[in-house]
Amino acid sequence: MALPGAHTTTKAEGSAASRGGATAAARRASRQELARRIGLGAVVPVALVALWQAASTLGWVSAVALPAPASVVEAAGELAGRGELGRHIGISVQRVLIGFGIGAALGLALGSLVGLSKWADALLGPTIGAFRAVPSLAWVPLLILWMKIGEDSKVTLIAIGAFFPIFTTVYLALRHVDKNLVEAARAFGLKGLKLLTTVQLPAVVPAVFSGLRLALAQSWLFLVAAELIASSMGLGFLLTDSQNNGRTDRLLLAIILLAVIGKITDALLGVVERKAVTRWA
Amino acid sequence: MTATFAPAAPHPAGSATAGPRSALGVSFRGLGRSFGEGTARRTVLRDIDFDVVPGELVAILGPSGCGKSTLLRAVAGLDAPSAGEVLIDGTAVEGIDGRCAVAFQEPRLMPWQSVRRNVALGLPHGTGKAEGDARVDELIDLVELGAHASHRPREISGGMAQRASLARALARRPGVLLLDEPFGALDALTRLKMQDLLLEVRRVAPATVLLVTHDVDEALQLADRILVLGRTPDREGATISEVLTVPGERPRDRASAELARMRSALLESLGVDSHRH
Repeated sequence: MALPGAHTTTKAEGSAASRGGATAAARRASRQELARRIGLGAVVPVALVALWQAASTLGWVSAVALPAPASVVEAAGELAGRGELGRHIGISVQRVLIGFGIGAALGLALGSLVGLSKWADALLGPTIGAFRAVPSLAWVPLLILWMKIGEDSKVTLIAIGAFFPIFTTVYLALRHVDKNLVEAARAFGLKGLKLLTTVQLPAVVPAVFSGLRLALAQSWLFLVAAELIASSMGLGFLLTDSQNNGRTDRLLLAIILLAVIGKITDALLGVVERKAVTRWA
Repeated sequence: MTATFAPAAPHPAGSATAGPRSALGVSFRGLGRSFGEGTARRTVLRDIDFDVVPGELVAILGPSGCGKSTLLRAVAGLDAPSAGEVLIDGTAVEGIDGRCAVAFQEPRLMPWQSVRRNVALGLPHGTGKAEGDARVDELIDLVELGAHASHRPREISGGMAQRASLARALARRPGVLLLDEPFGALDALTRLKMQDLLLEVRRVAPATVLLVTHDVDEALQLADRILVLGRTPDREGATISEVLTVPGERPRDRASAELARMRSALLESLGVDSHRH
């Protein structure tokens, strides 16, 4: 018997062979692309620092309102020397990671449940929607009253902030999973948790990651909110403390640190996202 | 790609691992399906009474929108009829039925999994790892995807994806194989090769086959009997308008005069002037 479809194989095999030869060149090109992106991305920050330096040396703004870049570096050195800088950064990162982890896990679980089950949607949908409508900072006084000014209240606030972006993206994405794929899997006897892990969750991986990145940004936002209001450590505390003592240099330092650390955590998540999206999409 | 598969001999792995399930008969008893409620109620199928003999290949032919797929979905348990019932091997279909396997018009492979994992998805629940692996290997050989087993669906052609979809259906060891226009979206040449493959598969996996198609030549080439669905002007909903027994052993001579006569008659019953085609 003739081989059915044998003619179609040469095309795919050919492309597989050329794929091997093309990887080295592609890797070189992508390295150049990366260098170009880093270079371009650095232009504006460098220009800003230059402008900042010019503003202080030329006396456009008073040193009290805007200290020179060098004095911010000096402030960093001084705080680091006393071991305070590491403690502030460490505790803030820890709060964000724990709060984000809890909020993300709950958002994923509840988003899956409400996105997949009509019953759960009818039962929980309106309540969760109402809670989402509460501006999250409104929880602060209640959390402090219940949990006192400790780690629990801060981590809980961050978890609340991280929960909603993930819940919403997972919930919406699950509603739009290709119905044909789900039906095919059901026809092969998959249901419940197995259907969720085999078809529905893989299908929403890209959406989950955009939700995670939104949630991470929210986590930093809520960290500062929590630390501004009530804390004795952390980058948010450094902000209020410096404001009270008139230390503009430390204030600027805290803002720069928030920008840099926030960007780094987002970039790390972005790397995982790219890997996951090539794997699952 | 190898051509080591010998059509006449039963596959050794197939006989070693519990063997394919035997073909099962399918009976439609007064089957009807309507959609919507009240004044918006629309009847698609009505009064379907028909018996498919175990091991038979029945083609379901009809104009588009006449409920061919609906009929198939009722057998699979993907859809519940509004009236009557479907019996497989004498017992009624209630919900997704493990005795059936479906290959859809689109391959519907999971895009994030390899061809191999997609085929394995069809294995019945509780299949052991060694047995499952052997079964998947055997089927990938059968549909000649050995060189592409680790590829993702987007890296293979439409014809290969349809072969993977067929292998996934066969992995279930179905008593009834349901094919919903599986070759409809393929180019003419690939479609002919897929039809040959289906006949080949039937020698290895003895299942009853219900094949939905809009292609008269495909039906004449593959089927033992052709079931034509159609509407009458006075009543809403399609029902069986004709059942034809196709003579001759397969593969059939595509140029046979008898088949040409049946082709004209079938096209006419579908409302197409056969002299123009």
